[in-house]
Amino acid sequence: MEVSGLRLLFLIALAATTLPGCALFRRGEAQLPPASTEQTAAEPVTGEPSDKPIIDPQVERREIKRTRIDTEDFEVGAYVGVLSIEDFESNVVYGARLAYHLTEDFFLEATAGQSRAGRTSYENLSGSADLLTDSERDYTYYALSAGWNALPGEIFLGKNRAYNTAFYLVAGIGNTKFAGDDRFTVSGGFGYRILPADWIAVHFDVRDHVYDIDLLGEKKIVNNLEAHLGLSIFF
Amino acid sequence: MRRPSTLFGLLLALLIVSAGPGLARADAPHKILIADPFIELHTGPGRGYPVFHVIERGREVTIVKRRTDWFELRTDRGVQGWAPREQMIATLEPTGEPLDLQEPARENYMSRRWQAGVAGGDFAGASMISLFGGYAFSDNLSIELTFNHIIGEFSNSYSATLGLMHVFVPEWRLSPYFTLGTGVIHTEPKATLVQSLDRDDQIGYVGGGLQFYLTRRFMLRSEYRNNVIFTSRDDNEEVDEWKYLGFAFFF
Repeated sequence: MEVSGLRLLFLIALAATTLPGCALFRRGEAQLPPASTEQTAAEPVTGEPSDKPIIDPQVERREIKRTRIDTEDFEVGAYVGVLSIEDFESNVVYGARLAYHLTEDFFLEATAGQSRAGRTSYENLSGSADLLTDSERDYTYYALSAGWNALPGEIFLGKNRAYNTAFYLVAGIGNTKFAGDDRFTVSGGFGYRILPADWIAVHFDVRDHVYDIDLLGEKKIVNNLEAHLGLSIFF
Repeated sequence: MRRPSTLFGLLLALLIVSAGPGLARADAPHKILIADPFIELHTGPGRGYPVFHVIERGREVTIVKRRTDWFELRTDRGVQGWAPREQMIATLEPTGEPLDLQEPARENYMSRRWQAGVAGGDFAGASMISLFGGYAFSDNLSIELTFNHIIGEFSNSYSATLGLMHVFVPEWRLSPYFTLGTGVIHTEPKATLVQSLDRDDQIGYVGGGLQFYLTRRFMLRSEYRNNVIFTSRDDNEEVDEWKYLGFAFFF
């Protein structure tokens, strides 16, 4: 029985090594969720479709600080040009401009400018008979206007460059201080705006300033034409 | 030429100051997700500028800036263009919420507090340019400061008045109001006339008007005031003042 005893011992050793091993495999298998098979079984093949979306949109949720959108409806700038003062020669005019863009089509504009009147032909011919004193030759004006971007467009410089532009019409009311008095002024004109970048604009403007003046005793309407070149910045 | 040069210097300084923040803007970029099937990018902020690029749904873009109802967008590939407000409404914040455009709409009109504007009109036959600003204590009642520049044939005047304004039905689009106040008026006779002295007088007024809510943050106004100028002479002067049309915005 020595042989059978050895065989028994061998069988016990075999059982001791293999059986727990099988149990280990089973244990691992038991941990897997049996859900996948149950789920497919629960899903009806025909009938009412489920409300569940087929693809769950995985929108990533991030903690963000909501930044304010940088709104650039205001435009501030300066201009230099020539102002023809009726009877009093043409002279350099300097001015400032503030605009507010209401919509893509319309804007409001406030302008203020300064120039100086020259001498009339009469004053030059007569020699010393001055119509105005030195301080009365200062010419300042302001205007509150509304503008309409009549022709928005682009200009093309060379092959690769395109800049936004707009041709606009402007009309407004204001005041002109000239020859020592304030004069209610109606102004109007047109302009062309080119934007080299979306925050800066170059303007070319033509304006007519119309007011009544009674400098020589009789009241008359004068038209003072102005052409200027300006630069402005959106903010 | 001494005065133009100072004015020009001031303008230059203003330009530099205003350009400063524009150049050194370093806010965190405002990113949004496109939720419409696609968004069209125009070359400029207006319907007249051509469409040159299309961004499809699900892409993330950065809002660069806004001008009137147009938004400048930049894609991750660096393409930059303008999209209208109607298309922006359908975009989402990265959190998945719809984009809040912080629009000053009709609802904000009711809760407005500050208001400012300009008007043109007539003051006893003289032309008048008027600047006004106000603060509302409640939906109905506000305090208002007005500066007038009155340019007449025989004299020029400046007036500053402070008054109360009562809007009867603030929730109506077209709403009448009543106003009452006092101030000062400074009159300068024209140089071409026989010299008389400049004078400062107190002024009191009662009036009424209409205000009309236009769109976004804009209003139109029309107003009549009956002024009494308390002159140093024996009789007080009564003056009709009409602001034919005024344009105001609230903020």
